This record gives sequence, C-alpha cells and structure tokens, in this order.
Amino acid sequence: MDDIGKKFIVGIFEDEDILLKAITTLRDKGINIYEVYSPFPVHGIENKLGYKRSRLSIAAFCFGFLGTCLALTMMIGMMTFDWPMIIGGKDFLPFPVFIPVTFEMTVLLSAFGMVGTFFVVSDLKPWGKPKTFDLRSTNDKHVMAIEVDSNSIDSKKIKSIIKSSGASEVNDKTMDL
Amino acid sequence: MHVESKLRKPLITGGKTLNDVSDDICKRVEEKPSVSWYVAMIISNIILIVGAYAVYRTLWDGIGMWGLNKTVMWAWDITNFVWWVGIGHAGTLISAILLLFRQRWRMSINRSAEAMTIFAVICAAMFPLLHMGRLWIGLVWVLPFPNTYGSLWVNFASPLLWDVFAISTYFSVSLVFWYIGLIPDFATIRDRAKLAGRKVSAFIYGTLSFGWDGAAKTWSRYETVSLVLAGLATPLVLSVHTIVSMDFATSVIPGWHTTIFPPYFVAGAIFSGFAMVLTLLIITRKVYKLEDYITIKHLELMNIVIIVTGSIVGIAYLTELFMAWYSGVEYEQYAFYNRVTGPYWWAYWSMMTCNVISPQLFWFKKIRTNIAATFIISIIVNIGMWFERFVIIVTSLHRDYLPSSWAMFYPTIYDVGMYLFSFGFFFTAYLAFSKYFPVINMAEVKSILKQTGEKVKKAK
Repeated sequence: MDDIGKKFIVGIFEDEDILLKAITTLRDKGINIYEVYSPFPVHGIENKLGYKRSRLSIAAFCFGFLGTCLALTMMIGMMTFDWPMIIGGKDFLPFPVFIPVTFEMTVLLSAFGMVGTFFVVSDLKPWGKPKTFDLRSTNDKHVMAIEVDSNSIDSKKIKSIIKSSGASEVNDKTMDL
Repeated sequence: MHVESKLRKPLITGGKTLNDVSDDICKRVEEKPSVSWYVAMIISNIILIVGAYAVYRTLWDGIGMWGLNKTVMWAWDITNFVWWVGIGHAGTLISAILLLFRQRWRMSINRSAEAMTIFAVICAAMFPLLHMGRLWIGLVWVLPFPNTYGSLWVNFASPLLWDVFAISTYFSVSLVFWYIGLIPDFATIRDRAKLAGRKVSAFIYGTLSFGWDGAAKTWSRYETVSLVLAGLATPLVLSVHTIVSMDFATSVIPGWHTTIFPPYFVAGAIFSGFAMVLTLLIITRKVYKLEDYITIKHLELMNIVIIVTGSIVGIAYLTELFMAWYSGVEYEQYAFYNRVTGPYWWAYWSMMTCNVISPQLFWFKKIRTNIAATFIISIIVNIGMWFERFVIIVTSLHRDYLPSSWAMFYPTIYDVGMYLFSFGFFFTAYLAFSKYFPVINMAEVKSILKQTGEKVKKAK
C-alpha cells in the first residue's frame, strides 16, 4: 500500500477552538493544509483556511429566475395564446392568478437547482467514496490532513508543529486519491 | 466567538460529550428494536390494513361509498386533507423560520418534526387523489400535459390547481431540506458501522450518506445551502396554507368567502403542527430516553408557540363572527348564526373549547412545564383543529340558499376508514423513521454542545 497514493500527515484535534488556533499557526508558518474534516460545522473555519464564500446562493438565484420564466411562459402560452378562455370574467392575460404557480415554480427550481449544484460541486453522490483520513472524524474528532509532497518543510518539523499547537494525536496516512 | 448569558439554561443536559451524542442517537439505529416498538408497529399496521379496505371500496365502488350528498359535496375528505396539511406545517417552520431567527432549540427537534411534515403531507395528498376516484387519471389531469382534448390545458385560474403546485413543491422542498440534514448523520452511522465491522449497514448508510466526509469546504457550502433553503422554505411554508385557504376563500359561499382566511389558516396550521410535534416528541423522548436532548425547556418553548398561535386562531374566530354581523349580508350572518346555534352547534363549541380555551392553560408555568398536561392538551388541540375544518366546511355547505335542499352530513364507515388509513400510514412511516434514521440531528446538536452543553456552562 505504501508505494501507491499520496503521503499525508494527519493531526487529530479534540476541540474546535484549539483547531482554529492551530490552523492559524500552521498557515502562518507557511504549511499547506490539504483539508480539515469535522463532525459538525465549525464556525469561522472557512476564513481561517482561506476559503472564499460559497457562490451557491448565486446558483439559487439563477435557477429561481429560470423557474419564474418557465412558469410564466407556460401559463401565458397555454391560457393566453394556445387556448384562450374567459374564466370568471377575467381577461386572457389574468396576471394575478399566475402569481401562486409562478411563486411555487420559482421556489421549486431554485431549491432543486441549488441542491443539485451543491451535490455536483461537492462530489456528493450515492456511489461516492468519502475521503476518510480517520473514521472518528464523523464522530467526535477534528481531523487535519496535510499532504507531505505539497509542503517544502520537512515532515518531522510539521509533525512537531501540529503536536505543539494542540493536536492529541499525529499520524501518518497514505491515501489513494 | 459566541458568548452566551449565564442565565440561559443549557439546551442539552446531562453533561454530554460529542461521543455521547453519537452513542445515544446511533444506538437506536444499531440495536434491535424494542418490544414496545414492535407492538406500536403492529398496531399501526392493523390500522393501516383496516383503512386499506375502505380505500379499496372507495376505488372499486366509487365515491358513493362516502356520506356525501348533493348539498354537502365536500366533507370528511377535505377536512382530513386540510387537517393533515396543517399538521405538515410545523416541521419546515421549525427548521426554516427558527433557523433564520437563530433559535438554537430547534436543533433537537427539527429532524423528527421534518419527518412528521413529510408523512403528514403524503397523508394529506391521499385525500384529493382518492376523491378523484381514478388515481391514474388524477396524475395526468392535474399536471399541464398535452392531451387529446385539444390540448385543453389545466385551469391556472383555479385555486385547486394552485394547491397541486403548492403542495407538491412544499413536499419536494421539505424532503430535500430534510435529506440534506440527514447526510452528515448517515455518514456518522456509516463510520460507526465500519469501525464495528458491520458491512451491510456500512454499505446502506454509505450509499445514503452520498460519500460525505465532513470536509471544511463541504461544510461551508452546506451551511450556505441550509441558509438559502431556509430562506426559500419560509415564504413557501406560509404560501402553502394560504393557497389551501384560497380553495375556500375564492369561492362565493357564505362562511368561506372571507379575506381573513389566509392568515387565519396559517396560524391554525402552525398551531396544529406544533401540537402534533409535541404529541410525537413526548412519546419519542420517553421511549428513546432522549430527556437530555429534548428537555422540559424545549417542550415549554413549543407550548409558548401554541399559546401565541392558539390566541391568533381565537381572535380569528371572533373576527369572523364580528365581520359577518358588520357586513350586513344576511346570508353571511345566517351562515355564522347557524354555525354557532344550528344542528352542528356541538362541533362549533368543541372547536372553541379545544382551540381557544385549552391552550390558554399554558399561561400557567406549572402546566406548560408538565409533560402529562402538555401531552393531553396537544391531543385536544388537534381534535379541535379537526373540528375547525369540519365546521368551516360542513356548516357552510349543509344549509345553502335553497331551504328545500338543506341536508345533514352523516359519515359512513368508509369515511372513517379512509381517515384511519391515513393514521395507519402516518404512524407506520414515523415508526420506521424513528428506527432506521437518527431521530435527532447529531451534527447540529454537536455544534452547540460546547456553547450550551451543561458541562461547559458549569465550567464557565
């Protein structure tokens, strides 16, 4: 197993506040962090790791707008052009009666479009394989993975920095990613 | 960093650690079901099977099996429909609106409330579909598919069609919202199964967890998705019962044709939804020993929501009476006079007692923090809310403009059987959920453990 895959240093943290401080320390020393795996969302971790704000809300807006357009096109096409009928004395383009369905279609497409985008960009799928550096990362441990080859600093030194910044364990792991 | 007042009571008691949370919740999924679970499941299945006979007769022999007549052409079916949709309002309200308001007590109850929402909406959808008599045609007729009649399209000016769109959107968005929350918890169960060497459940929960690994990047996106979904679901949840109320309010029948219906129905929906959440959670927390997660404080907060919405509903009842008198329209006045004093007076006064008087008892702290009292009142509220819909629907119809066509509605056993069927389905689904799915959102509870857990509070 050792000759295939990439070598990682895995730091295990018990507490999210110690983890956040450790991320700052490591990044200040110029160490590249591959990713941090947590059992729950840790607030502020994305800023510490230097991640940009997610643009999924823009996707939600675009899909929602598409829903609005589709709903109006469908209803106006059917009720105004294809088979106009007088219903309740309204004219052939009774805009107020289109509001409920337009709203629902907007919400439907926005929600499904955004969640679908989320699944695609995060590579979540039923047959997806999780990158498990430590099985406890979905239970009670925060797991920090550092790729050895992407750092120019000696791995022994990285280990000692992780250890001194509060990790309860530091392990080696080879992953075939 | 989040700083919290020392005066606030902890949301999670019992000095739980992160591992305790996984243990407490996953244990129920991993171990064999208890005897009480089997007993409950068998009872629900019996109810389901008995009800299925009524459904079979309705489909085979037709709607004539029900107690409807020419005057009262809508009764139990639509009452049940509105009742179930109303119950289905609590879950998304808890997870979406309380998320936007940053109410962290939602985290222990949102999972089961959302599950309840989904099952309640399925129960609701049964009634209009079965009322069509031919389910397969129902699927084609309500959706705008091209057809051989022209194409003669569905009528987008009809509130019944708005209902189709509102309820199917609500159902699917709620389902997605619920599932997104479940993914990290399925991953927890998967990894526990891997550690314990249980291959089958590792595979099943691995598939359900979509390969979730809890990467910080994914969590960051997940939080954006939850927030935006909450923002979308909030107007959605309010729109659903608004549109349901328009089934009545846009008609010109005295007693239905009122502009107060949308807000009044939404408040009633939240009222009955919270009552059903309480009924189910009080049993779930007892059976699954979740007293440290769903504390008396959680129950008390839900009871406060019940007082607020119950009072709104009470004011709406009085406003309706006032507006009927003030309108000067004698048909409108008679509809309400008949409601209060006519042959269905007992239904009206049951509704008033259950919905307006009983929740007011929650003003007493002793009652709203008492589990037995909460359980009883939560059931009374739902009985009252059923009567509310029955009163609105049947008393407005049974005496119309022409006294010679006045009639009473008497349900047949098939009406009752259909209602039983929905109950059987609801409890079967809820029991299956509570066995195979984590009943509490572990990831969210873990995220608040450090700030509001009992141990940390004491240490500060």
